[in-house]
Amino acid sequence: MAAPLKIDYAFNAEDLVSSAKIVKFTILKKHQEPDAVQEHEVASFEETMLPHMDAAHNLAKWLLRNEEDAQDVVQEAYLRAFKSFGGFHGSNGRAWLLTIVRNTSYTLLKKNRAVDLTTTFDEEIHTAGHESVSPATILEHSENAELIKEAMDELPAEFREILVLRHLEGLSYKEIADIAQIPPGTVMSRLSRARAELKEYLAARISKDK
Amino acid sequence: MNCEEATKLMDGYLDGELDPITSQTIEQHLRDCPNCDQAYKTHGSLIRVIGNAAPYYKAPAELRERIRSSLREEMVARPMRNVGRDVQPLFPRRQPGPRAVLFGTPWNWLSFGGLGLAAAIIFAAIIAVNLVPRWQRPAADQFLATQLIASHVRSLMANHLTDVASSDQHTVKPWLDAKLDFAPPVVDLASEGFPLIGGRLDYLDNHAVAALIYQRRKHFINLFVWPAAPDATRTPKIIKRQGYQLLHWVDSDFDYWAVSDVNVNDLQTFKEQFAAQTSHH
Repeated sequence: MAAPLKIDYAFNAEDLVSSAKIVKFTILKKHQEPDAVQEHEVASFEETMLPHMDAAHNLAKWLLRNEEDAQDVVQEAYLRAFKSFGGFHGSNGRAWLLTIVRNTSYTLLKKNRAVDLTTTFDEEIHTAGHESVSPATILEHSENAELIKEAMDELPAEFREILVLRHLEGLSYKEIADIAQIPPGTVMSRLSRARAELKEYLAARISKDK
Repeated sequence: MNCEEATKLMDGYLDGELDPITSQTIEQHLRDCPNCDQAYKTHGSLIRVIGNAAPYYKAPAELRERIRSSLREEMVARPMRNVGRDVQPLFPRRQPGPRAVLFGTPWNWLSFGGLGLAAAIIFAAIIAVNLVPRWQRPAADQFLATQLIASHVRSLMANHLTDVASSDQHTVKPWLDAKLDFAPPVVDLASEGFPLIGGRLDYLDNHAVAALIYQRRKHFINLFVWPAAPDATRTPKIIKRQGYQLLHWVDSDFDYWAVSDVNVNDLQTFKEQFAAQTSHH
């Protein structure tokens, strides 16, 4: 669990960093008024933002496809949101937080040189002969949670994102446009493409398994 | 409206995002066109199914704790009025520790030249890796002391002294046991002058820890407990900092840090009483 504590030498010398921190404690204790404001601010932030942690984690996990990265991003997003909370005057805390989660996720995706931001998936899937799979069959298979998850994970990030925002969060086109930072008119066509790609992936999987 | 237009607007219609007039036009077309009608029905079913079938990844409890505690840390470490002045770099956890030290050396890297530079970096990295434990530990312990005081201060100022408020050790203990991956000892020391106020979860040194809160007259003592590392220092130690006393001790199972503004004698008494009571259990 905790790292072994070698305290013999740990507290002999005051280093600059920790004394700076201690100085800040002292200030906090002396100025009661800012404290109260601050405390209120924190309480208000927690009340507004903490209820959306599931939504934040869900989006980050779908975008990053990795639990550890998702948690890092959500934590980072909360800190960023906290720092800029003073500038938040809207009523839609969830959309505001999800925008930050989304941007933070993309920063990490780009940093990891993820190439799937806008590119379409595996060409083989598209060229496979699966025209024979009927819509009814696709529909039947789409109730398979494992298959849906697999299919969505194969899609580019911008499609995963829009499917999550619409289908799992039930957000309106307007909210999606704000979060994904695209014109409202683009939401429908992107959503339409995302669903078409998803269908195509399902059809390809189904015909492969036959 | 023709079939092409109807197909183009299908998602918007099914999502209920079109204006009423366009929606009516589509409905009219669907009445006239069985092909489009069928396509709409199938697509509509698929749309409904995706949301039900796709997994929803809820935030795990550990993340909630992590975020709560990082927010409180943020609040104590940086007053709100300084907000925005120094924004932390993104993903600080991923920054390798020794880097700042390496580049802080006064050597002139440019004079090494291409291959020499590469070799020097590798060489320096090897040295750094070997030295890191010794460099980092004092910093880590300083950081822990800072964290402990910060957590103590926070618990008093943010109205978050206890998660479970009870003077009954048989209430506090099961509550903590259920939330942690270890079972901290909990005893009430009311008859010794240190009534148990309650328990709290806290997050220190990258782990969830138990915080037991005791009262001494008008003062509070936060006792932080987590499993002891096998090679932990056995000697009790008192640290005084900025008006706070930190008393550290270790028994066979646990690492204890008592943090308070009570005087040293009271804290020592507290420790002795706590140790005496827990050894009976």
